[in-house]
Amino acid sequence: MEKAPAIELKNISKSFGNKYANKNVNLTVNRGEILSILGENGSGKTTLMNMIAGIYFPDEGQIFVDGKEVVIRSPKDAFQYKIGMIHQHFKLVDVFSATENIVLGLKEKGKFNLKTAAGRVKEISDKYGFDIDPLKKIHEMSVSEKQTVEIIKVLYRGADILILDEPTAVLTPQETQKLFAVLRKMRDDNKAIIIITHKLHEVLSLSDKVAVLRKGEYIGTVETAKTNESELTEMMVGKKISLNIDRSEPKDCEERLVIKDLSCIDREGVKILDDVSFTAYSGEILGIAGIAGSGQRELLESIAGLQKVDKGEIEYNDPKTGKKENLRDKTPMQIRELGVRLSFVPEDRLGMGLVGNMDIIDNMMLRSYRKGKSMFLERKAPKDLAEKIINDLEVVTPNAKTPVRRLSGGNIQKVLVGREIAAAPTVLMAAYPVRGLDIGASYTIYNLLNKQKEKGVAVIFVGEDLDVLIELCDRILVIGSGSVTGVVDARTVTKEEIGLLMTKNKNAHEGGTQN
Amino acid sequence: MKKANFHIVKREPMAWYYNLLVRVISIIASLVVCAVVIMLLTKKNPIEIYASMFKGAFGTNLRIWNFLQNTAILLCVALAITPAFKMKFWNIGAEGQVLIGGLATVCVMMFLGDSLPYPVLILVMIAASVAASIIWAVIPAFFKAMWNTNETLFTLMMNYVAMQLVAFFLKYFVKSGSGTLAPMPDFGLPVIFNQPYLLNIIIVAVLTAVVYIYLKKTKHGYEISVVGESENTAKYIGINVRKVIIRTLVVSGALCGIAGLLLVGGTNHTINTSTVGGRGFTAIMVSWLAKFNPVIMIFTSALIVFFEKGAGQVSTDFRLPDAISDIVTGIILFFIIGCEFFLQYKILISRNRKENDGC
Repeated sequence: MEKAPAIELKNISKSFGNKYANKNVNLTVNRGEILSILGENGSGKTTLMNMIAGIYFPDEGQIFVDGKEVVIRSPKDAFQYKIGMIHQHFKLVDVFSATENIVLGLKEKGKFNLKTAAGRVKEISDKYGFDIDPLKKIHEMSVSEKQTVEIIKVLYRGADILILDEPTAVLTPQETQKLFAVLRKMRDDNKAIIIITHKLHEVLSLSDKVAVLRKGEYIGTVETAKTNESELTEMMVGKKISLNIDRSEPKDCEERLVIKDLSCIDREGVKILDDVSFTAYSGEILGIAGIAGSGQRELLESIAGLQKVDKGEIEYNDPKTGKKENLRDKTPMQIRELGVRLSFVPEDRLGMGLVGNMDIIDNMMLRSYRKGKSMFLERKAPKDLAEKIINDLEVVTPNAKTPVRRLSGGNIQKVLVGREIAAAPTVLMAAYPVRGLDIGASYTIYNLLNKQKEKGVAVIFVGEDLDVLIELCDRILVIGSGSVTGVVDARTVTKEEIGLLMTKNKNAHEGGTQN
Repeated sequence: MKKANFHIVKREPMAWYYNLLVRVISIIASLVVCAVVIMLLTKKNPIEIYASMFKGAFGTNLRIWNFLQNTAILLCVALAITPAFKMKFWNIGAEGQVLIGGLATVCVMMFLGDSLPYPVLILVMIAASVAASIIWAVIPAFFKAMWNTNETLFTLMMNYVAMQLVAFFLKYFVKSGSGTLAPMPDFGLPVIFNQPYLLNIIIVAVLTAVVYIYLKKTKHGYEISVVGESENTAKYIGINVRKVIIRTLVVSGALCGIAGLLLVGGTNHTINTSTVGGRGFTAIMVSWLAKFNPVIMIFTSALIVFFEKGAGQVSTDFRLPDAISDIVTGIILFFIIGCEFFLQYKILISRNRKENDGC
């Protein structure tokens, strides 16, 4: 049975400056079909979709909807052709209800009636099996509910070509399954669905066809049923790549960092960390899993001396002297003066870990510029370090004098991780260190963390991809809404078990924190 | 069917010579536009007007010295605000900070001039003006560091306090009925090589080098850049942000104090409420145009002083209202700043759709 093409792209090209974001891309999506767009970060997936959604305008090429050529210059034009895009970052008004957000900006004839609108929202959500209260306010919603609102928003506007940009990045495994069920229903309703992703197992479980992009170029489209993980990876990366992480057994484990009953309260009086206790051992990688925003950032920042702690202890055991130091209420400077070699790769690379407008050499100096009594800066050692990192980690950059913001995400991260490791840490904390990185760069980072572990460093790794956490870590600490909901052995646990712990309600489990 | 005719895209950084070319073209274009505007408004020959501008700035020996002196003072104020601006501390209170330094200088001249030996007097003058300006700059910095108050409003308000203090001083301490303070050249800074302005110019030249080195080569300068670029990064690496804010405004204030000293002790030998003459604000433009680079600020301050002097001459020579010089300066600055757009972006004309119809 031949399905009708809903949208076709012919020879679409788009460049930013001298760089091609997309080059001669050809693509067809049929009605009643789910197409995955697969590609590494920076391969041009989002740019391509933004051109269909009217956010960018292609330099060259044609777009056809239902066989007719169209020009899409704005999101409004896109809606006219029934194209709706759900962006990675939600665009919702926090103090409005679901329905109010959904109808916002619509110009309908006649008097506006919130009740009828809410009725229609309910109708749509029943039809596809969404689970949403139309009158709930956005700020009371979980991430997955917000995403649901975004999807209903485009359906409400009559979209029958849906584009979802990395929809599962913020979801738990259970929520992902629910979303996929909804998407399958929409497919059966003869809608055309495009989903952007870089997670292979999702591609294989959900889509009918897969289109692969690599560095802006269109590599090809394959039928999901006729392909497998390694073939797709090869198309995506351009060469065969092994997707295994060498996990060694932890050895010489000593208690390095002991956290006891740590609590933090934010400005509004909300507990962001609630009696968190755990121990990080030297020579092991401790993973931290949880829904985004469950207190992971605050936990690491408390240890690093950047977050005010309201209760509890942070105890560091110095491997050299054997002394115990309490790090609570110390500034990053005081922690360093105690001789604690704590390295921290923060989540916000350019906003915290590095200075985007400074070159690689000056960024190397961030950790070391205070050395020596002279009031003048010494740029020789940082320059050598910058060159060493560029060589060892294969950072792609014109030279060490390039501002780091001009580098790609993966190279920025290599500079940051390289600098933090160069400080010869005893504790290395990394928050989402592979977010936005391509496969090659991600594996470079995993290897670096593993090497640190083998050297006897206590590594704390906050991750979002559960498959990676299970493969890389020795133990995984799961947090939900600021409290520890479990510590599991990464070698035996399953993704579903972690997923359940992530959403577990603290009140439901009696007897305080586990350890 | 609708089609997009052009769109704007960000461009890659360009080679320096291309960069320079764009700037030169923009200045030439601005002169042409000015010429057209002048012709339309005044029916005068624009070449004559430009000649008169040039004459106004460089026509006589005295004018050249005057030009250099004004450039030096403006540059000095610009140097003073640059460390704060680099830290993204929007200090628009240089006007008041310089004025209060000048007031301290004048007080020393007036009340201690007769009683102290000359070398000691000079040292006291320096100390007083620098101290007064530091206080004026540190008050808003302290509030910003401790309670994150808005430094823009705070420094602006401090300008008026300084002005009123000068007015108060003139009213109560100046004996002559006119309310103006007669110049006291005997107690001014020493004159070297018989050139009254030479010392000022040399001092500012040295300061330019010092500020350049301070910002680019010292640990303090590095900390200023980090705090300015990202406070979070500064905290992350253990910089005491409060300390850096206050310390930088001490430096900034001290330089304002020197500007006040040069203006009062080295030039006017007296004071009134408009002694600083808006330089505290013009300096912001000098500093921004030079992208906070002290060496380039030499050229930007010279450019702005040239326009001021030249335009003044034009209005006297051709009996035109003062406003014409403001128009000319405005147009030229518009082009200089506007060319930044073309350095960062380029405009693409969309290809005609017919070309693609082949497939």
